Amino acid sequence: MELIKVENVSRVYRIGEVQTYALRNVSLTIQRGEFTALVGPSGSGKTTLLQILGCLDQPSEGRVWIDGKEVSQLNRNQRADLRRGSIGFIFQFFALIPTLTAYENVEMPLLLNGTSAAERRQRVLDLLAAVGMSERANHRPNQLSGGEQQRVAVARALAPQPLMILADEPTANLDTENGQQVMEIMQRLNRETGTTFIFATHDPRLFGYARRTIVLRDGQVVENSQESHP
Amino acid sequence: MIAFLKLALRNLGRNRRRSFFSALALALGFALLLIMASFLRGEMESALQTSIRLQSGHLQVRSSSYDEDKNSLKWEDLVNDPLALCAQIKALPGVKDATPRLIASGILVARDQSAGVRVLGLEPEAPASEPYRLGLLQGDFLAANDREGLLIGKPLADKLHLSVGDRVSLSVNTSNGDVDEQRFIVRGIYSTQTYAFDSSTLLLPLAKAQAMTRTENYASLIFILLNKMADSEAVRSRLTSLPYSVLDWKEMNEIIVQFEDMANSYMSIFYLIVLAITASVITNTLIMAVFERTREIGILSAIGWRSKEIVGLFLYETALLTVGGILIGLILGLAAVGYLATHGFYIGGMGMSGFLIGDTIYAQLTLKDTVQLMIVTIVITMLAGLYPAILAARLEPVDALRGGKHA
Repeated sequence: MELIKVENVSRVYRIGEVQTYALRNVSLTIQRGEFTALVGPSGSGKTTLLQILGCLDQPSEGRVWIDGKEVSQLNRNQRADLRRGSIGFIFQFFALIPTLTAYENVEMPLLLNGTSAAERRQRVLDLLAAVGMSERANHRPNQLSGGEQQRVAVARALAPQPLMILADEPTANLDTENGQQVMEIMQRLNRETGTTFIFATHDPRLFGYARRTIVLRDGQVVENSQESHP
Repeated sequence: MIAFLKLALRNLGRNRRRSFFSALALALGFALLLIMASFLRGEMESALQTSIRLQSGHLQVRSSSYDEDKNSLKWEDLVNDPLALCAQIKALPGVKDATPRLIASGILVARDQSAGVRVLGLEPEAPASEPYRLGLLQGDFLAANDREGLLIGKPLADKLHLSVGDRVSLSVNTSNGDVDEQRFIVRGIYSTQTYAFDSSTLLLPLAKAQAMTRTENYASLIFILLNKMADSEAVRSRLTSLPYSVLDWKEMNEIIVQFEDMANSYMSIFYLIVLAITASVITNTLIMAVFERTREIGILSAIGWRSKEIVGLFLYETALLTVGGILIGLILGLAAVGYLATHGFYIGGMGMSGFLIGDTIYAQLTLKDTVQLMIVTIVITMLAGLYPAILAARLEPVDALRGGKHA
C-alpha cells in the first residue's frame, strides 16, 4: 500500500544569481512498512529529499503525497501538525534536548498530541525497553554515550506511532559496533511495528540492512530497486 | 503546561549566572520603582498632611470676600464673633477642633536687621495649636493672655540671630489701613520641621493679634480639624447655612493635588525609562538563548512543535525571569522602603507658601502602587520577551537544524 508518492520534485537553492539544483525531477513511491536506504555520495540530495518527505522543507517544483494527501503546498503549521502525528526523525547529530532526561525526551512528542499521562508513561517505558535504555531513563544526554543517545532518538521518533521514520545518516557519528546496534534496533522495530523506515547513508556497510535501495547522484534518482522481502 | 514550565526552567538553568544577572537587573529596576513610588507618595502625603496641620485644616470658614494672598484685615473680609461660631462648630459630630485664626502681614526688626513676616494669631490652648506646642525648641509656649510675647520659627531666629528673651520690634497692618509698631519679647523658638512655614511665621496669642491689628472680635478664618478626613463633605454640608464660605482641604490644597498629578505623569515616564532599560536586558538574554539553541529549536520544529508553542516556551522563560526578578526586587525594594519609612530621607529647607513640605520625607508604599508597578513591570518584560520568542518561532526548521540563518 502506497505511503509516499513523489512526482517530478525539484529543489532549487538560489544564492544571488546562481541556481543550484539539490534535487532534479525526482519521482518515486514508497510503500507502507518498507525499510529503504537512500544512498549516494555527499551532495547527492539525500538529506534534501528526506527533508521534503519529512515536510521540513518544500519542493520548488513537483508534488508530494503522504498517505494519499498532498503535502507540497501545506503551510508551516499544517506541516508541523503532520510531523507531530505522522513523521519521526532521527538525525546524524544526536538530536536530543540537552536539558531533558532520556525519559523526558521520548515523552516530549506525546505531550503535544494529548496522550494521557498513564498511557504516556507506559509507552515511554515500553519504547525505552525496546531500545535497551530502561536503565538509563533518568540520565540526561550528556551522561549518555553517542550510541545510547541515538537509541533514545529512535525511541523518541517512534513515540507518536508515526507512519514513517526518516533517519539522516543515523550512524555517521557512531563507531561500528554502536552503528550496527542502532541499525539492528531500527530493523527490528520496523519488523515489529510495521513502521516505514527511510534512512539516508553513504556508508556501504549499511546498504545490506535495507530491503530496498534508492541511489541518488547529483540530485537525480539513478537506481531505484524494488523491495526485497527477507 | 507543567512540562513547558519545567523545560523553560531548565533552559534558564543552563546558564545560571546569566539568568541570575538578568533577573537581578529586573529586580534592581523594580526595587528602584518601588522606592521612587513610595518616595513620591510620602512626599505628597507629607505635603498634604503638613498643609492641613499648619495652614489649611480640613475645613475653613471665612468671608467670601477674604483673599488669603492679601491677608486682608478689613472687617467686612473677616469672620465676626469667631469664638461663638467655633463653639457651634465644635458641637458638630466629627469635629475635633474649631479655632479662630488671625493672619496679618508684618515686618520684624531685630537690632539692625529686618524680615517680612506672616503674623499668625491663634488660641494657644486649642488642640489645633498642638503642632506649635510640640515643636517648641526653646523658651516657653504662649499663654492666651500674654501681651508682649511671641514665638518665632527657628530658621527666622537663626537668620536674625535671635534668642529667647531678646527684644524685637514688630510692625503690622491694621484693619483701618494704618501700621502699628510694638515691642515684643521672643518668648520661645519653635520648629514644625517645615522650612517654608518656620522661616516666615510669627505666632501671637489671638487676643494680642486682634488688639494690635484693631480687629477685636474678628478673625481671618475659623480653622477646623476633623477626626477623619473623609468626613469633610458631611461636616461641610452642615455649615452651609452660615453667611460665610466653607472650603475643604482639597480646594485649599489644590496646588498639591495638581502637583501630585504632574509628578505622577513625570514618574510614569521615569518608570517607563527604567523598565525599558531592564527589559532590554531580558531581550538581550533571550536573543542570546535563541542563537545558542537554534538547533534545538529545529529539533522541536521537527517533532511537530508549532510556532505558537515555540513562542510559548520563550514566553515561559521570560515569565520565570520576570517572576524571579520581581520577587528579588520586592525583597530589596521593601527593605529600602522600610528603612526610608522609619528613618526618612532628609531634604532640608524645601517647599514654599502654599506647598509646605517637611524637612524629612518618609516613604509610604501602598498596596495599590505595588500591584500597579508589578503589573506594568510584567507587561513590559513580557513584551520584551516577545521579540526573541517570535525570532525563534520564525526560524525555518531546515535552517534551524543546520544551526543558523536567523530572520
